[in-house]
Amino acid sequence: MATNATSLRRQRLIGRTVIYGALLFMAAFYLMPLWVMIITSIKPLDEIYAGSFIGLPKHITFEAWRSAWSEACNGTACMGLKPYFVNSILLTIPAVLLSTSIGAINGYVITKWRFPGSNVIFGLLLFGCFLPFQAVILPMAQTLGFLGLAGTLPGLILVHTVYGIAFTTLFFRNYFIGIPDELVKAAQIDGAGFIRIFVSIMLPTALPIIVVSCIWQFTQIWNDFLFGASFTAGENAPITVALNNIVNVSMGRKQYNVDMAAAMIAALPTLIVYVVAGRYFVRGLTAGAVKG
Amino acid sequence: MPRPIPLSERFANWLPRLVLTPSLLIVLVAVYLFIAWTGWISLSSSKIVPKYDFVGLEQYFRLWSTPRWHTAVANLFIFSTLFLGVTTGLGLLMAILLDQKIRAEGALRTIFLYPMALSFIVTGTAWKWILNPALGVQKMVNDMGWTSFVFDWIAQPTFAIYCVVIAAVWQSTGFAMAIFLAGLRGIDNSVIKAAQIEGAGLPRIYRSIIVPMLRPAFLSVIVLLSYVAIKSFDLILALTGTGPGSATEMPSTFMYSATFRRDQMGVGAASAMMMLMTVAAIIVPYLYSELKENRDGH
Repeated sequence: MATNATSLRRQRLIGRTVIYGALLFMAAFYLMPLWVMIITSIKPLDEIYAGSFIGLPKHITFEAWRSAWSEACNGTACMGLKPYFVNSILLTIPAVLLSTSIGAINGYVITKWRFPGSNVIFGLLLFGCFLPFQAVILPMAQTLGFLGLAGTLPGLILVHTVYGIAFTTLFFRNYFIGIPDELVKAAQIDGAGFIRIFVSIMLPTALPIIVVSCIWQFTQIWNDFLFGASFTAGENAPITVALNNIVNVSMGRKQYNVDMAAAMIAALPTLIVYVVAGRYFVRGLTAGAVKG
Repeated sequence: MPRPIPLSERFANWLPRLVLTPSLLIVLVAVYLFIAWTGWISLSSSKIVPKYDFVGLEQYFRLWSTPRWHTAVANLFIFSTLFLGVTTGLGLLMAILLDQKIRAEGALRTIFLYPMALSFIVTGTAWKWILNPALGVQKMVNDMGWTSFVFDWIAQPTFAIYCVVIAAVWQSTGFAMAIFLAGLRGIDNSVIKAAQIEGAGLPRIYRSIIVPMLRPAFLSVIVLLSYVAIKSFDLILALTGTGPGSATEMPSTFMYSATFRRDQMGVGAASAMMMLMTVAAIIVPYLYSELKENRDGH
């Protein structure tokens, strides 16, 4: 009896060890690239060429960060990432706010003011979540040209807002569908109209999904490369395009520390948002599995 | 006698539709009309600028007789198969391990998921450096004493595509894990308890009870990752720049370079239409089934 219990306990112990071992190994694998980016960005260049890519630096220097921020060359100019970082902020904030607002209203109408055909409209919108953007790039470039917005930040804001609507509508639709219709009916009996109900009943309950939508849109738009590369050029480029250009400039001895510092600068805003509000980020991620 | 409906009330009835109209118009134009427009360009003789004549399927024949496009399609096939297989398998494993009442589960989840917050350009830049034979993993192992160790896939035309797989798996496994974990948390514990009382071991319970119950999660993961695979573009540009040569060309990069670099707009549009049709063949049935289930469920 007693030996049986000990062997069971031992078995369990071995099982736990294997589980924790596997998880820690995977965690190390997942952290390794971030680790490598950070330590490479604070090493002097000589040490990078001489030492191991994963080892600690002997001398710590933030020279590469300074260079990546304000003087690295991207093929056309040597201004670092700073102006493109500013571009990305200027374009991301309005696009996030616009697409989230539109999505909130759409979700409200689709769930609480159903009319014949509103489901079809939702279906049409939904496919927009999974559109391979290559299929619309050419006409979009033409259209931006007609509108006089080719190569400008307002043009890029427009593009991100338009193609963001599908996802933001999905978020709010899946959220509002869980709010009882009776609430809306009761408010209607009390004399509240379409707009009153939205502002004073739906919006106050929608705070979590507003956060989810803003975080999702922020991450998508900040990280976008295809639209940025297709619809802007030169000084209007967003940060991802500038980063790619800096990394691919081949002049003299490759400055890997500057590359890694630049990559970190481009990654920091979304990383910070993820660390601060990870719970909401994951909700946005899994909402792509359409059911709310 | 029916009361005449006052104007204000009639307006109130129409307001919801009125509010939805701009979005509907935007989507009709920016998605559906633009797709049709691209389709039209793919049937024209457009080269540097769009021309609106009609040459039938000529651009499609030209596309399918381009060796580069064949490379792109073959790469997409290799990449998607491996990417989907490894990401789904590893994601499921992680989710199952994390579901064993683990300490610091939150911290581990955060670590597995953070790559999803990064731009593919950042991921590509980091992995390009790690996989660089002269300075990365190969050099580290060489310096440790194993001097004959070779890991230069990124420089080998036949193997470079596997480097793209490694980086893409690293970036996306957390996503699969999150969906599987949500699925596991939704399974009723009493099912597992009952099976344990019957004397089934944990591996067996997972194999024959729990994993089959995760079918909806599998469907979501596979469909959404296929979409990621087909449209992946930035990762390839940042990691391999479609090289060495054009060994890691993919349909998305082919479309971009044909259209914007090689003045073959018609061929580019044709390749975009091929991509669209592939995505639609996967996504439309999926959306349809999800929506139908939703309606039945409510």
